[in-house]
Amino acid sequence: MQAGSASDGGSKGLKLGTTIIAIEFDGGVVLGSDSRVSAGESVVNRVMNKLSPLHDKIYCALSGSAADAQTIAEIVNYQLDVHSIEIGRDPLVLSAATLVKNISYKYKEDLSAHLIVAGWDRREGGQVYATLNGLLTRQPFAVGGSGSFYIYGFVDAEYKPDMSKEECQGFVISTLSLAMSRDGSSGGVAYLVTIDDKGVEEKCILGSQLPTFHDP
Amino acid sequence: MSSHNNGWRSAAVSTGTTIIAVRYDGGVVIGSDSRASMGGEYVSSRVINKVVQVHDKIFCCMSGSLADAQAVTNAAIHKLNFHSMQMGEPPLVQSAASIMREFCYKHRDELSAGFIVAGWDRKRGPQVFEVSLGGMVVEQEFTIGGSGSTYIYGYMDAKFKPGMTREQCLTFTTNAITLAMDRDNVSGGVVHLAVVTESGAERQLIPGNKLPVFSRVLLVNEYLGIQVRVVVRGNAFESFWRAQSTRRVVRRV
Repeated sequence: MQAGSASDGGSKGLKLGTTIIAIEFDGGVVLGSDSRVSAGESVVNRVMNKLSPLHDKIYCALSGSAADAQTIAEIVNYQLDVHSIEIGRDPLVLSAATLVKNISYKYKEDLSAHLIVAGWDRREGGQVYATLNGLLTRQPFAVGGSGSFYIYGFVDAEYKPDMSKEECQGFVISTLSLAMSRDGSSGGVAYLVTIDDKGVEEKCILGSQLPTFHDP
Repeated sequence: MSSHNNGWRSAAVSTGTTIIAVRYDGGVVIGSDSRASMGGEYVSSRVINKVVQVHDKIFCCMSGSLADAQAVTNAAIHKLNFHSMQMGEPPLVQSAASIMREFCYKHRDELSAGFIVAGWDRKRGPQVFEVSLGGMVVEQEFTIGGSGSTYIYGYMDAKFKPGMTREQCLTFTTNAITLAMDRDNVSGGVVHLAVVTESGAERQLIPGNKLPVFSRVLLVNEYLGIQVRVVVRGNAFESFWRAQSTRRVVRRV
């Protein structure tokens, strides 16, 4: 994420500085992110939690411009609150993702943020939606941010359908660790959120506890 | 032809590419994809071989601007040949890397090409050198280059193990290039491989339909009491969507 100033260039030219990932398993989702916020070359916040709640069992992962992403998350949080009161029950993950998509699409020229929306609802279980640039698509897993380019090959090779909750958590932690070690704009600690029908579990994995891989 | 298509007509040919070289105990495996593109829109060649033999047991992979890479490679072949005749023995891999580097550094403002130089020599056995854009030379156990390489950094870091056998190395290299080709729009085609050992060099070609396939998605859908199982092979996203659209077709039936 970047707390960028105007001198960094227009919203089109900014690099998305982060790594976010969300993956679905039978009965829930796991979301993960790094914790670095950069402004140009300096790290402004090294412990920021980019997994932000939209509702009790719906979270979103923020990437891109910090201001844009946080604002979208706050607006959708409010809209979902109103919506869930109106329908008298917990909202669907698809509703949350659609609300995020509507804002991303309507203001796509002005905003520079990509949110991955993931959560659990009673109708469809765990779901992951990507909302890049105003599109809305459901996927078995989604990665985003500048660090994601380095791990596309890894997730393509390692993803298997029907992984258990623990396997998904391990997958997310490995992926984040690999991306953080290659991408200059990702780093710090790893945040993990697991959502299933029983509730939400938030975890923080310190840098020293992350798995290490071949380091040439 | 509408005017917005003219972008690629005036673009230079570049090898948006994926190149890789891996050292194992006994030799090196070198690989590349086979696509040359113009402007990122037009594929000007789908069978180009970016693995060039600069000497009997030394290969070099090209990336960046194709014209620049070919010019540097041809000049290097000539110079290396001459050097080897003067010395009266096969050249060192380090000499080949040095010669490429000299060109890249001297003309670094005009050129835009990066290389991987890999091979076998009698002094130090198998070696892999990366000669990057501005002329830096680094020796490594394995190295990747080209636009497609960004997508496989994570995979390489996670999956590389020192002390692999020749077969493991070949599989590792082929997998890596396949994954990069799946993600990078300017890499694609077939996989060109070369294996260099003490006994010589051997080339291989793996056509598109023989490349490894990485993921299968199984969708079990119960509709009107009938269970439908759909198994689709391909990368995760492609499979998921093929399976989803099959589900929609089944619903209509």
